[in-house]
Amino acid sequence: MATPPKPGFDHQRWIIPLALFIVVIALWEIWVRVAQIPHYILPTPSRVAATLIADWPVLFSSLLVTLSTTLQGLALALIGGVGLAILFTQSRLIENALYPYAVILQVTPVIAIAPLLLIYMPQPAAVLTCAWLVAFFPILTNTTQGLKSADHNLQDLFDLYGASGWQKLWHLKLKAALPYFLTGLKIGGVLSLIGAVVAEIAAGSAGAGSGLAYRIVESQYRLNIARLFAALTLLSVTGIVLFLFLSWFSNRLLASWHESAREREV
Amino acid sequence: MIVALENVSKTFANGTTALSGMSLTVGAGEFISLLGPSGCGKSTALRILAGLTSASAGTIRWAEDGVDHRAELGFVFQEPTLMPWATAFDNVWLPLRLKGVSRAAAEPRIRQVLDMVGLGDFHASFPRELSGGMKMRVSIARALVTKPKLLLMDEPFAALDEITRFKLNNDLLRLQAAEGFTVVFVTHSVFESVYLSSRIVVMAARPGRVVAEIAVDEPRPRSEAFRTSAAYADSCRVVSHALHGAIGADDHL
Repeated sequence: MATPPKPGFDHQRWIIPLALFIVVIALWEIWVRVAQIPHYILPTPSRVAATLIADWPVLFSSLLVTLSTTLQGLALALIGGVGLAILFTQSRLIENALYPYAVILQVTPVIAIAPLLLIYMPQPAAVLTCAWLVAFFPILTNTTQGLKSADHNLQDLFDLYGASGWQKLWHLKLKAALPYFLTGLKIGGVLSLIGAVVAEIAAGSAGAGSGLAYRIVESQYRLNIARLFAALTLLSVTGIVLFLFLSWFSNRLLASWHESAREREV
Repeated sequence: MIVALENVSKTFANGTTALSGMSLTVGAGEFISLLGPSGCGKSTALRILAGLTSASAGTIRWAEDGVDHRAELGFVFQEPTLMPWATAFDNVWLPLRLKGVSRAAAEPRIRQVLDMVGLGDFHASFPRELSGGMKMRVSIARALVTKPKLLLMDEPFAALDEITRFKLNNDLLRLQAAEGFTVVFVTHSVFESVYLSSRIVVMAARPGRVVAEIAVDEPRPRSEAFRTSAAYADSCRVVSHALHGAIGADDHL
């Protein structure tokens, strides 16, 4: 088994990926220069970096648009996913009625739904709906699973002490569901970004939009490949930061009690 | 008398008869062990007493009618069954909290029971920070926090090592003497049942039923000296004999 991460600075964990990154970037730079590849085919990393700085105002305002869509989509997915999960555990009838449709919404690729949504809805609403669609399902399924996973003996204990349905939900099921919910949140957060980007690309192909993915489509049309790479870099960094933040948040909430958030002594 | 089972049977939906015609009168201050092999219905009998499952036939008669009997019960499971997200203090608070008692109002009693089980210094510890024996002590403290008349225990010490089990046996006897509750204790250990009980109900499986009732007349409170006494050995022999008579009739073991 791999050595679990230790607190503090772990050289293996940070230095090696970082070194690999520097080596790959350096090889890319050298290869493009030596082979004299035109920048509208493949720009050098230094040109991408320069573009990132030069185009920062336009890229940053686009990033804010995409980020805002992502976070709004995630927020709506949280409300919808957790709300529906609670309804599911309180009523078998509602679960049986709605769950198949939640699955259908999830298995239909969002890239295929996005053009339709863009016909029926204003462009920002359509993009937001796509972000919500993909983030919603992992939060729903994980939270539902978590709400059902509360220890049976503890449920008996709550019955013994005459707990009401709401007391059971609040003091037992929601707490037991927290680790599952946080897993759903981590997946949903990253998926929400992907949903927003997919919808923006669909919208961008239709000549509308202002998000970061639209900048990518636009740059591709204009053969401004350096700016395309710069926008892509920003998207990746956004995804990474989002994931790291959600992981940190999750560990913080579970630190005092859950096995997954603990360092193992070896 | 606190409660009596009269000719109580339990048949599960799949047709298994877990308990057949069990009668048992639980007197105030008694320590009754339900002793038997797995499948003899001892846990089912306990769950029926707790109201966690209903009897298919027979009656459960309580000393007083018209009161909520569950309010007078404490239940200890085989596993500590603690909420992993809550401290020892908050786990013990749970039964009172569910009845609407605030943390501040419950605090004196919580401190008292945690002191009684020897965990006065572990209020703020989470279950994962406690040993198996300590977790079981929290579980017992939680059951006692409501001052129950009747404590129902379902093989509470079965998963603990012998040294810890002996210690908890003594603590349980001490607590019973101090608090005056009545115990119905499920176990598959002859030695444990003899050490703890004033009366042992020996049960057999398929179908679950009572095959013998044996009184252990040794005075209470008991101490470690009882474990090595001749009276203890005699009682163990009598109970073992009854248990093996019951198991001998069962080819499936």
